[in-house]
Amino acid sequence: MDFPDELKYTEEHEWVLVEDEIATVGITDFAQDQLGDVVFVELPEVGDQLETGKPLGVVESVKAVSDVYAPVSGEVVEVNSDLPDEPEMLNTSPYDDGWMIKIKLDDPGEVEDLMDAAAYQEFIEQD
Amino acid sequence: MSRTDSRGLVLDEKLLFELTDPGRVGYSLPACDVPEVTPQKSLQRDEIADFPELSEVDVVRHYTRLSTWNYGVDSGFYPLGSCTMKYNPKVNEQAARLSGFAELHPQAPEHLCQGALELMYRLQQDLGEVSGFPAITLQPAAGAQGEFTGMLMIRAWHEAQGNKRNKVIIPDTAHGTNPASAALCGFDVVPVASDGVLSKAAVEAVMNDEVAALMVTNPNTLGLFEADIREICDLIHERGGLVYCDGANLNALMGISRPGDIGIDVMHFNLHKTFSTPHGGGGPGAGPVGVVEKLRPFMPVPIVVKEGERYRLDYDLKQSVGRVKGFSGHFGILVRAYSYILSMGGEGLKRATELAVLNANYIRARLEGSYDLPFKQRSLHEVVFSEAALENDCHTLDVAKRLIDYGFHPPTIYFPLVVKGALMIEPTESESKQNLDEFCDALLSIAEESLSKPELLKQAPIRAKVKRLDEATAARKPKLRWVKE
Repeated sequence: MDFPDELKYTEEHEWVLVEDEIATVGITDFAQDQLGDVVFVELPEVGDQLETGKPLGVVESVKAVSDVYAPVSGEVVEVNSDLPDEPEMLNTSPYDDGWMIKIKLDDPGEVEDLMDAAAYQEFIEQD
Repeated sequence: MSRTDSRGLVLDEKLLFELTDPGRVGYSLPACDVPEVTPQKSLQRDEIADFPELSEVDVVRHYTRLSTWNYGVDSGFYPLGSCTMKYNPKVNEQAARLSGFAELHPQAPEHLCQGALELMYRLQQDLGEVSGFPAITLQPAAGAQGEFTGMLMIRAWHEAQGNKRNKVIIPDTAHGTNPASAALCGFDVVPVASDGVLSKAAVEAVMNDEVAALMVTNPNTLGLFEADIREICDLIHERGGLVYCDGANLNALMGISRPGDIGIDVMHFNLHKTFSTPHGGGGPGAGPVGVVEKLRPFMPVPIVVKEGERYRLDYDLKQSVGRVKGFSGHFGILVRAYSYILSMGGEGLKRATELAVLNANYIRARLEGSYDLPFKQRSLHEVVFSEAALENDCHTLDVAKRLIDYGFHPPTIYFPLVVKGALMIEPTESESKQNLDEFCDALLSIAEESLSKPELLKQAPIRAKVKRLDEATAARKPKLRWVKE
């Protein structure tokens, strides 16, 4: 399982990539592996205001339906509009083609609260 | 017509569209005595213009053949955890088919439907006695609408007290519909983690003056009794909240423990689970709701009341949340449930609960050594295993598919979510020891196969009419209707 060093991670298994003040968000390799084949994705709309810890969308696999939570607060500036038509990208490419949304950060400092790759790996091993 | 996929007389079946034979008809009309017209172009369909042309016997055989592929509780063991797929006694059907019930017009005036109203009144009384609630509405269509109705009453009660509370606490072992019902009634959901059962401390940590209610399923979806429920109810009440209980698992309590006595304020019943009304084939179900006295003014109208020796529909509840379902709910189901209660009697209902719990614990005892049991507390009416003990990359899905080869409907899988690869088995009281042993033998044999011949699990089912289906592609790229090639 792959956990790129340049990303930050949440306990709810989202990843965040921060470039300037824009955070790209998706679900981790561990999350997609646990979910199994993803068959449906629901994303927010551009312009939606997200609050840390609140659901931003839904991922449904053949096994279960799960909320995806906002890892940081901010405004949605872009969504991966290909994803709802090709939800399998969450399984095949969780960190690249399977990105979900981009958020303009309200508070860039919030990212500091998230786990780095090593801490996340330790977290899922304990769990 | 070739039926190359047929096996013996288990026939393959084409779609009616594929069976069509131009000019064949299933009707016989008298000669046309008005001028023929051709419908204008705008009224004509542009797609699937050709409806199937078939005779009556073609259509009857088509649906009869399809019906032979059906699997229901009348065909065999149906151990779906959380669903209580108990046998539906045929005497219930006989009662529901009595012409006075079956042919009664839903708008018949009260003086012409006294028998039906009396049945509803008595069912309200009986459900009240089983649950400990003084007021019962029979109206909701099924469990989820019962939850919706119950949560509406909780909201209305708080509003009437002038409370501004918009949160509902829901443990991670609750039924999946609970958060949806709370959200539909405008509440924000506050999830709370449990360790198999809910602790008072965990509830206390999230309980505050914004919380309108706790929604709890008892026993929970792990089949475990919420042992601290009394203290938890007291805590919620002290802090100004109400407690909703999802009654889907009432089959573990009926005749033994009454939610109304424990401190629950609102609970829905699933007549199609606990009270043996049909569940497969789409139901319909029925989800009556019981409430404590202080919530009575908020019940949906009408409710059936008795005045002297007469029964009538009472619409006079000033604070009612309003009607939630047309007419008298699913009346035919109410008749079946009442028939079940009468034919069982109080002692019989209690015995059913005892046997349901015994059966689940028998399965637990036989399988515990071969399947991982993540929560060791005492099981009630269902038992939940995980996939942790499976080896060779075998998973819960593979076990479920392999069970089909052994002639058993698989149990509920991958729910509740708090168990990894959950295998959730609820045998109900309907099954004999012989049936339970055959089922356990199959699961033990599958556990052994996962060690010695894991490929058998991966390919399963191999003996079913259709083999392992590609569920992911079916969900991602569904073909929702027939298209002419």
